[in-house]
Amino acid sequence: MRRVLREESVRLSQDPQTEPPHAPRRSPAALRRGARAAAIDLGSVLVALALTFLGLLAITFVIGRVVPIDPVVAVVGDRAPLAVYEKARAEMGLDRPLLVQFAAYVGHVARGDLGLSVSTGNTVAADLRRVFPATLEVATLGILIGVLLGVPMGVLAASRQGSLTDQLIRVVGLLGYAVPAFWLGLVGLAVFYAHYRWVSGPGRIDVYFDGAVEPRTGLLLIDSLLAGDIEVFGNALSHILLPAAVLGFFSLAYIGRMTRSFMLDQLSQEFITTARVKGVPEWRVIWRHAFKPIRVPLITVVGLSYAGLLEGSVMIETIFAWPGIGNYLTTALLNADMNAVLGSTLVVGAIFIGINKMSDLLYRLLDPRAR
Amino acid sequence: MATLLHWLLDETPTSRLQARLGRHARVALALTRNPLAVIGLIIVALLLVSALAAPLIATYDPVAQDLARRLLPPSAAHWMGTDELGRDIWSRTVFGSRITLTIVLLVAIIAAPLGLVVGAVAGYFGGWCDRILMGVTDIFLSMPKLILALAFVAALGPGIQNAIIAIAIATWPSYARIARAETLTIRHSEFISAIRLQGASATRVILRHILPLCASSMIIRVTLDMAGIILTAAGLGFIGLGAQPPLPEWGAMISRGRNFILDQWWVSTMPGLAIVTVGLGFCFLGDGLRDVLDPKQAGKP
Amino acid sequence: MTAPLLDIENLRVTFPTSTGPVDVVRGLSFALGRERLGIVGESGSGKSMTGRAILRLVRPPGRVTADRLHFDGIDLLAQSPRRMRLIRGARISMVMQDPKFSLNPVMTIGAQIAEAVLTHERVSRVDLHSRVVAMLEAVRIDDPDRVAALYPHEVSGGMGQRVMIAMMLIPQPDVLIADEPTSALDGSVQAQVLDIINEQITSKGMGLILISHDLNMVASYCERILVMYRGEVVEECRADALADARHPYTRGLLAAMPHIDETRDELPVLDRRAWTTP
Ligand SMILES: Nc1ncnc2c1ncn2[C@@H]1O[C@H](COP(=O)(O)OP(=O)(O)OP(=O)(O)O)[C@@H](O)[C@H]1O
Ligand SMILES: [Mg+2]
Repeated sequence: MRRVLREESVRLSQDPQTEPPHAPRRSPAALRRGARAAAIDLGSVLVALALTFLGLLAITFVIGRVVPIDPVVAVVGDRAPLAVYEKARAEMGLDRPLLVQFAAYVGHVARGDLGLSVSTGNTVAADLRRVFPATLEVATLGILIGVLLGVPMGVLAASRQGSLTDQLIRVVGLLGYAVPAFWLGLVGLAVFYAHYRWVSGPGRIDVYFDGAVEPRTGLLLIDSLLAGDIEVFGNALSHILLPAAVLGFFSLAYIGRMTRSFMLDQLSQEFITTARVKGVPEWRVIWRHAFKPIRVPLITVVGLSYAGLLEGSVMIETIFAWPGIGNYLTTALLNADMNAVLGSTLVVGAIFIGINKMSDLLYRLLDPRAR
Repeated sequence: MATLLHWLLDETPTSRLQARLGRHARVALALTRNPLAVIGLIIVALLLVSALAAPLIATYDPVAQDLARRLLPPSAAHWMGTDELGRDIWSRTVFGSRITLTIVLLVAIIAAPLGLVVGAVAGYFGGWCDRILMGVTDIFLSMPKLILALAFVAALGPGIQNAIIAIAIATWPSYARIARAETLTIRHSEFISAIRLQGASATRVILRHILPLCASSMIIRVTLDMAGIILTAAGLGFIGLGAQPPLPEWGAMISRGRNFILDQWWVSTMPGLAIVTVGLGFCFLGDGLRDVLDPKQAGKP
Repeated sequence: MTAPLLDIENLRVTFPTSTGPVDVVRGLSFALGRERLGIVGESGSGKSMTGRAILRLVRPPGRVTADRLHFDGIDLLAQSPRRMRLIRGARISMVMQDPKFSLNPVMTIGAQIAEAVLTHERVSRVDLHSRVVAMLEAVRIDDPDRVAALYPHEVSGGMGQRVMIAMMLIPQPDVLIADEPTSALDGSVQAQVLDIINEQITSKGMGLILISHDLNMVASYCERILVMYRGEVVEECRADALADARHPYTRGLLAAMPHIDETRDELPVLDRRAWTTP
């Protein structure tokens, strides 16, 4: 997860590093002129998006083919006579050229058919629909923690560059690259659950409350609020807090680091001195003059971080017995349930790419210079 | 000593060797002025030492089981305690550094040159070649790396070699990006044109003149990526797809301690601390190296 | 003459570098009344640093020291950051060197000028707008309502410099430091902008420090001139006495200036050996 959260992903998508992120606004007339350019832009982003999805499909397709297990043998058994084997092979379409097979694969995926999971016996698509909300819930809470703490930390560090506070925040930022998420989860459980009992243990909710509220959104926190059941809400919250905090730590480390870097970039600009020459108070120099221009690139950073959290939950969900997509994927991995593995990879990859491109597009729309 | 230093830092070197050594000496000197970089350097050096001299540093056999002494807390006899099979965790952690170092080095050796060549070729030739190579690179880059590595290992089968291959596959694209960017900036420089006028082939220009110039940004990037590689490798080990038992791989060790985390906290905590320390070491060193080799980017994340 | 507005003695700006601390302003002393003082010198001679040091806006790790740095009887070096902010803009203001980098790219011009007022005064919205428009008119911007709604990158360099001047004059300071206010302009516009500053200064009885590398221009707009070289004042004289300047650097600068009735084939180059010790 951390490597995805690294800054190069941002830098490579639109390079706010080399271009100082002061997005000049346009006056209304200029904005109208930009509208057509934005439409063209949308087109090129969509094409890139389609190509990337196709690339993702190609990768999962290839992975599916290099599996050492012969899918035909898996069906007919390894004692089947050659004729039976060949017949099954033809039925499965494996005798056709690879390109045709790939087209068929894309067709299946487009129809939402990801095959059957051998470990659960359901279709992979149905399984994923079932587990996805749990991951969405914990990742969303994580990103909220990350933004609410990371942005102020980054701003604080930059405004006191070189101070002890700054050094401390820098080290926290680096820890985000050096701490294994699953380990942090374990240590968190040992400390905050086993020792202090501040939070509840693994799982989404106590067994006692299981199924207590009608699943309308699949997000327990929201469902329990909708049902007006505060007790369930409290229980769900005490379960989600720790995994969300662990994810939030990585998100805040990354967001804080990027915010600090953007802010330092801004604070070294001449117009900051101009504001100070006018006698503008320091808080206003920082938030109005330096922070405002970096909001646009920060949106991209937050988007990337969010996508990274969806991926990062793969590592911590097993620790917290969190019934999300990560848990599903790791279980499938250990059972060599290839359809489930590839299906989850596809879905996580697609969401990741989607969020990535969306924040990219948002950046271009909000920052006329990026065109 | 003083004369050696003087010779190294001479502003007007008289030989190529002196110039080259002098450059390295300057980098080293500048590094030692950065406290975090020094800490990083020390940590990485310790990792090297413990990997090379593991049998001397370890106090027990890392795979020897002693069921009578299982799950003992840290003590004078067992500095980091023992695991559920009575193996000494300190000794296992020390031997684990070998595995970690092997993985990081091999990934770097596979991924960096691959990315370097792809990027340099794309940047040097431009046009369709560039578009296709970078298209593929971009597709890989916009993929979630950990998931990609997981899926590859799932297909190739668990084990340390496959883990290395999978991580390398997920890592090379960012190096290709860097190499391409560097190549683009030097491709049109005067000295490259001069070399081409002398009739040097594209291969020669790329190998002898462009790649060496990409080296410093590459070293920075690879060092900074080391922590990420270690984490991915540990993650694979943790899930059970990386190094297989009884190898003392840190991620796998954490995984084994999972069941005891509530009472015997040290089983999981100790190898985790090793990962954090080494990861931080590489981060500090990478940060320091960037400040020295690429002052423009200093202070950036 | 009454007590000077600015009274500076032995002003020093120091930067630490890898080869030890470097003084970029070394022991500058001068006094400024309600008059126009020009500071000339080549690029890097420390002119801008002097301006920033007066406002105590030299960025760390740069350090400012002085035996005396008084403004209107106030010891600037002893002021708290909060009190310093009350002085900046309201009493001493500085036209920044390059409008392209010195104006906030994501704030409209009107908002940036208004901010200079709002920082020091409570004004109603209507009054504020009319003051901004009036100020923009005063710096000869023809269509002030439209320009106030523009972003800095939508105006020309010359307009940017005028906006900068408007922004720094609108709180009616006692001292204006103008750092190369006309560097990006061609001859006629340059004269126009300088006239604007001149008019504002004389009508309000302010003190002006005009920073430039153009000796001729400074000589025609200021009463007194400081010539800086490598962080030091090498010549201080009245503008009308410039011809009698003694320091070889000043003489070199004068000699290197082309005249309208030029007869020389080549302009002489500064020979630095005359005043620098090897
Ligand atoms: N952060 C810094 N560290 C070290 N030296 C600095 C730093 N900032 C500025 N200087 C040095 O201070 C000196 C004076 O700079 P200053 O901006 O005052 O020059 P100037 O006279 O305004 O030149 P110009 O006509 O180009 O505007 C320069 O030689 C510059 O190299
Ligand atoms: Mg200047």
